[in-house]
Amino acid sequence: MIPTPDLSHLAREDYQHVYEPAEDTFILLDALEQDAEELQKMKPSICLEIGPGSGCVSSFVGSIVGASASLYLSCDINSRACHCTKRTGDQNKIPLEPINSSLAGPLALRLRRAVDVLLFNPPYVPTHANEAGDAQCGADIAGSWAGGADGMQVTNVLLEQVDELLSPVGRFYLVAVKQNDVPGICQRMTREYGFRCEVTLQRRAGGEHLFVIRISR
Amino acid sequence: MVRLITHNLLACHAKGCTSNNFPLQFKDIQVELREAEFNSDFLRGFLPRIEWAALVDASRQLGDTSLPAEQPEMLDDDFLQKLHHVLLEIHVEEGAMICPNCHHVYPISNGIPNMLLAEHEIG
Repeated sequence: MIPTPDLSHLAREDYQHVYEPAEDTFILLDALEQDAEELQKMKPSICLEIGPGSGCVSSFVGSIVGASASLYLSCDINSRACHCTKRTGDQNKIPLEPINSSLAGPLALRLRRAVDVLLFNPPYVPTHANEAGDAQCGADIAGSWAGGADGMQVTNVLLEQVDELLSPVGRFYLVAVKQNDVPGICQRMTREYGFRCEVTLQRRAGGEHLFVIRISR
Repeated sequence: MVRLITHNLLACHAKGCTSNNFPLQFKDIQVELREAEFNSDFLRGFLPRIEWAALVDASRQLGDTSLPAEQPEMLDDDFLQKLHHVLLEIHVEEGAMICPNCHHVYPISNGIPNMLLAEHEIG
């Protein structure tokens, strides 16, 4: 049993601008815990989380793999989320490296096929297309959930970069909801890149049907 | 915290800036040293991902001259200790990183690099 990261240093004020861990966060933690032994065995050198928000998930991966055993990079467009991620790392004694950026932009050149564990709990809620774009530009809490058409606007951009980012042994954990068309995501990633896609966990929570998809070469 | 391990992975990604955009040059920086847990397996595994010349250059910009110009073939404990310190214990807390090609300035504040681009700079 891996303890849920300590988030007691974060306050109501933080959660006005940064997504507070909820069911979608916890299903990702559960999926990672389910794979804990494999994650330890693969000895990942680089773990990269896109949109860490509070830093809860990266911190959890750090407790699975070991604080000094990997580099924990996390990219968030929201600068407040970067600060929360850093504080969560300090609180849980995992050295998390937040980078204030849109997706993996500034890392793409150097992390070509070098990411061993890629994590993304995206803004998956279906909204008007404009709402998702505006939310990313606003770089505040709406950017953590507003997903545009089918809730896939931001996820689609990352899906196109996974082949460039993932190392030969790498695995990508993606959170999705039913409206995102999970079978469609899997078919596309298999057909276009030859990836292996598996739904490793799914559950209904608070009106959402949540999935964790594990994508690997 | 911008440690040199992270600096070694960051490149300028402004629109049209596709050559000589790595490594970013430090400017007006404040550094803090913090101890980190030594893990030789991690260092050995990470070494192939490092751009050595960029790391040596960056460490010298920060006043650390412990690394040899050429990456040694023998990874003895003395070398790994030095590598550990340079990669993981030097934290750039304030300052900026500047693209050697297009001179875009990426500020560092409270140890967090701001790598965001304005809309017209996104490629």
